[in-house]
Amino acid sequence: MSTTIQSEIAVNPKATGNTLLSLRNVAKSFGRHPVLRDISLEIAEGEFLTILGESGSGKTTLLRIVAGFENATSGEIWMGGERLDSLPPYRRRVNTVFQNYALFPHLTVEENVSYGLRIARLPKEEIAARVEQLLALMKLTPYAQYKPAKISGGQQQRVALARALVNRPRLLLLDEPLSALDANLRRHMQVELKSLQREVGISFVFVTHDQEEAMVMSDRIALLRVGELEQVASPREIYSRPATAYTAQFIGHTNLLRGDVKDGIARCHGLAWRTGLRDGVGWFSLRPENIRVAGGAGSSVRFRGKILRQAFHGATELLQVESTDGLVLSVCLASRQNWQGELDLEFSPADAVPVRESQERN
Amino acid sequence: MFSRAYRAAVTLPPLLWVTVFLLVPYLLLFCYSLWSVSASQTIIHSWTLDNYRELLHKGVYFQTLLRSMWIAARVTIFALLLGYPLAYYLSFGASKHKDLLYQLVIIPLWVSYLVRAYAWKTILGSDGVLNTSLQYVHLTKHPLEFLLYSPFAVVLTLTHIYTPFTFLPIYASLDHVPRNLVEASHDLGATPLQTFWRVIFPLSIPGVLAGATFAFVLSLGDFLAPLLLGGPSGIMISNIVVSLFGAAYNWPLGAAISLCLLVFVVVLLFLSEKLERKWSFQ
Repeated sequence: MSTTIQSEIAVNPKATGNTLLSLRNVAKSFGRHPVLRDISLEIAEGEFLTILGESGSGKTTLLRIVAGFENATSGEIWMGGERLDSLPPYRRRVNTVFQNYALFPHLTVEENVSYGLRIARLPKEEIAARVEQLLALMKLTPYAQYKPAKISGGQQQRVALARALVNRPRLLLLDEPLSALDANLRRHMQVELKSLQREVGISFVFVTHDQEEAMVMSDRIALLRVGELEQVASPREIYSRPATAYTAQFIGHTNLLRGDVKDGIARCHGLAWRTGLRDGVGWFSLRPENIRVAGGAGSSVRFRGKILRQAFHGATELLQVESTDGLVLSVCLASRQNWQGELDLEFSPADAVPVRESQERN
Repeated sequence: MFSRAYRAAVTLPPLLWVTVFLLVPYLLLFCYSLWSVSASQTIIHSWTLDNYRELLHKGVYFQTLLRSMWIAARVTIFALLLGYPLAYYLSFGASKHKDLLYQLVIIPLWVSYLVRAYAWKTILGSDGVLNTSLQYVHLTKHPLEFLLYSPFAVVLTLTHIYTPFTFLPIYASLDHVPRNLVEASHDLGATPLQTFWRVIFPLSIPGVLAGATFAFVLSLGDFLAPLLLGGPSGIMISNIVVSLFGAAYNWPLGAAISLCLLVFVVVLLFLSEKLERKWSFQ
């Protein structure tokens, strides 16, 4: 387990690539109400970074500050050695894909896509060539002369992408661009968008509230919680090594265990395992899929559990299990047989990941 | 299902109203326009196209119609030039006093048209507020005569009266422009001015067309402002209709002019409606 984490950190572009965008202590208040507090974040060239957070976490505000639609109350934004936050939005080499696409209704698909290039007064031949290329890439060529109202949601989404990418920005901002699509198209677009980003090599900053989407697409995830960064890490790292209880619960399912630690041993409802934590109260995140039917190595923590509930998920099944000492745990097992009655279960001490208790914020 | 009696009770009054107050008068107007008037000033009830021939051959009617259109066109342009920036400011600029400003634009509509026309008479007249002030500060020695009883006075008054009519539809269409389109335009490198001409203005065209139609049609048919402030050079087509139905006692000719004006206005409304549709996208 620990070796895979190491290799993940190695491919993390932040560790290898050059920094493109850096946010330094960015804060934002609307009146007296603070929305963002002390955000420092670096985005590498060619990186796909997702800002993940619940509604009201300030993720869209953060994106709007980078785009220039909002001004930060304090802090700085730099892009490629240039101060970005003092420029108006139309002077920033940043383009945005808006949540509801914001296509110009009076212009055709082609006119929408060529808008930025016409504003930049590029030669006609070049505009035509670049627009044609992007329309072909997005499979929009047949709809070039249509008005946005005449095409489907998925097509509008691709027009919005083409309209932004045709300008060859250094950074593309995407504000929940998939939220208006239905589930199937959405999954399809997640894969498309990720491979597109690899193809064009532009840094993407993607805002979403959907943790699965964030996991599928991102090189790194920046988890935002009530205006503060909770954790910034690769999807694998953030999943397997959540820093806080909030992260562990927000990303995927988890069992959050409160253990009493004494002399390197954590105890919780009759269960005990080795830990590096100091004496006192410790919080641990134990993923349901890391609990298995007993029979493995001798170092595992074993317990007997009574099945309370059972939910079928196709390849796996999620069980609610109560240990003899009254601890209720979620357990994810392969759905091979009909689990019934009582089960002997176990988990490795290494999978009980120590996490910081999340502070209350408002 | 509603009973027949109920349906009759609901539909009959408006039907009756439309018949008695709209259809019958129009029909009468049409009939009158095909009748004539004798030397002894009685209506001759026999069909003739003489009235329409007279319209075509006597230049004075046609000239007055042209002048009326020219006055209406100027009123339309000035009302748009005033109404548009005002609507733009209220929709995009003002945030604190938006409601107050909106009310200030609307309130004059509650004041009688006649009062506002008279107010201009008081301002523009020889002993009016404007002339006495100008003489008081020694900018002029004698009262400026062109201020009152001129097409200028008519255009000024009508512009004042009809600017809210251009403001309202323009404001409505500007307020419906999604703000993220403005952001998208900035995002794509367009300055605020470029954004205005390429995004905001095109999307406000339906409002501009509706406002222009209001101002033009209403001032084209106006007769009070030219009557009170126009003088001989500011006569408009409706003044001729009024005098034909009144002192001149030539109802047939008056009816013919009215019908021509009516047809013209209906065609104009139809065209404006078509254009508005062409320019609306949501």
